[in-house]
Amino acid sequence: MDADSNRAREKGAASRFIEVSRIEAGFFPFAMISPALIMIILVVGFPLLYSLYVSFTPYELLKPNSLNFTAARALRNYQKLLNDEIFWRSLWNTIIFLAVTVNLSYALSMALSQLLARVTLGQSVLRTLLMTPMMFAPILVGMQFRWFFNANVGLVNNVLISLGLIQEQGQIAWLVDVPLGMITIMIASIWMNIPVLTIILLAGTLSLSAETFEAAEVDGASGWQKFRYITFPLLAPFSYIALTIMSLDIARAFDIVRIMTDGGPARRTEMLWTYITRLAIEDTKFGLGSAMSWITVILSVLFTLYFFRQLVRARIVQ
Amino acid sequence: MITRSVGPNRRRNDFLWNAVAWALLLLLALPAFWIILTAFRPNVEINTFPPVWIPRRLTLEAYANMFGLNPEVRQRVAVEAYLRNSLVASGVSTAVAVSLGTLAGYAFARFRFRFHTPLFLGIMLSRAVPGVALSLPLFLLFNRVGLVNNVLGLAFVYVAVNIPFTAWLMDGFFRQIPKELTESAYIDGCGHWSAFWRIELPLSLPGLATAAIFAFLAAWNEYQVVSVLARNNAAKTFPPGLFAFTEQFTVDWRGMAAMSVIMMAPAVIFVILVQRNLVSGLTFGAVKG
Repeated sequence: MDADSNRAREKGAASRFIEVSRIEAGFFPFAMISPALIMIILVVGFPLLYSLYVSFTPYELLKPNSLNFTAARALRNYQKLLNDEIFWRSLWNTIIFLAVTVNLSYALSMALSQLLARVTLGQSVLRTLLMTPMMFAPILVGMQFRWFFNANVGLVNNVLISLGLIQEQGQIAWLVDVPLGMITIMIASIWMNIPVLTIILLAGTLSLSAETFEAAEVDGASGWQKFRYITFPLLAPFSYIALTIMSLDIARAFDIVRIMTDGGPARRTEMLWTYITRLAIEDTKFGLGSAMSWITVILSVLFTLYFFRQLVRARIVQ
Repeated sequence: MITRSVGPNRRRNDFLWNAVAWALLLLLALPAFWIILTAFRPNVEINTFPPVWIPRRLTLEAYANMFGLNPEVRQRVAVEAYLRNSLVASGVSTAVAVSLGTLAGYAFARFRFRFHTPLFLGIMLSRAVPGVALSLPLFLLFNRVGLVNNVLGLAFVYVAVNIPFTAWLMDGFFRQIPKELTESAYIDGCGHWSAFWRIELPLSLPGLATAAIFAFLAAWNEYQVVSVLARNNAAKTFPPGLFAFTEQFTVDWRGMAAMSVIMMAPAVIFVILVQRNLVSGLTFGAVKG
């Protein structure tokens, strides 16, 4: 397909997308949206603005007088953070963590959805099994993986002993070891992400019609080629819906880290979210914690916005 | 559906796909089974070495201890308080969030108006704000109005947190209702409100149930905000309650498993109920803009 016809198609689809025969109704839709909007402004919008103000002050909870704004010291919290080695480490850890978990969660879910689309025996039981991680609160996910990876009574070391791979309990200290601590957190997080991603990708795969593949089969395309050139591109809107939903909830990983390692050992698994808690709640430095919150909010919103834009684009091209 | 090659190869492949899928999914579901099993095992079997894989005896001891039926156990967990707070915060916030989110979702699905896309995007992005970041200013502001350590204050927060996803799901469900129905309602003289209230809302009840369940679970499982806003058992819900387990010197793994099972119960019921609706609500936007 040449670029011109592609663009024309896109344009046609775009105008259809905008004029989906929605009705013009004057003030009515605003009246329907406003209660929701007011709640969000009260609970999210206004507090965030307040937190922006606090981030420009040296506020500490135990020193009520420290909540005062002076222009000269306004940016001091941000300067402190930029010079704080642990801030940079927690930012770096968060980036590594997100890069690995988002990509691996997506790749594994894609593979699993292609596998499930071919299953002929017990589809509905398998789907229920697939959804079991959705029954776990994030804090519970962290709790159970902390237990499974416990060096002395944990399920994982028990299995390794029973298989004869290690000799005694405590031989692998999963949560205390430096790379292993991060890896166990990633495993827990990926386990939690898989169900929603997989059910959306599976629904997308099952919605593709058999005719789509007929021409490719006549041409003798291999299974991988069919996936690479037909299934995968056609699943784009589904992929972005799944990734957008995952990005909205990505900070749930905080719960897991908090309960599994709480940033340890020696701050090796410290992430932005846990460091905020440490600064603001444990050290009562609300000004500094708010400054860091704002950095996190901006990063989170950009992250979600990226997937959301991709979603809208993929939907229009479709 | 995906077409398969025909012949003996096909049969062998089918068997292979099925076997691999079953093995992987059993592994994925293993933690849930293990937690449930642990809740009903005697403590000696859990902490013993070498490990006992197949339980020899099942018992309700963990629950007896939890609800104070065992006089030997002094230190109790305040399960009743957690349960009450979790039910109030999740129940109240779900009812309000679903009402408000449904109204907004309908407006986005049916009407053309200025700022349609920015408003939708703004509402969705409010959901991307991490709970940790939100909890700090909420603590300071709630402190001034006396809402810290208050279950209803918590419910208030959860309403706003749950509106975006509800609006998204309901937008998807309303767009699945054929346009002709709305049009005929207008021809019969319905106004915008009665078309919504009398025609479209009843048709979207399955979607509404799905959205409600999602909102309920999000509130039920929330940890970041409640861990800052709840100071004691007057407002603590299950997640901070469970966290308290880990702060003890020796963790009571069985007690934790027993509490986890109670905490998972609504999710188990809901996931089985909404399975199908959820997928259609989430993916509708993917195929029809």
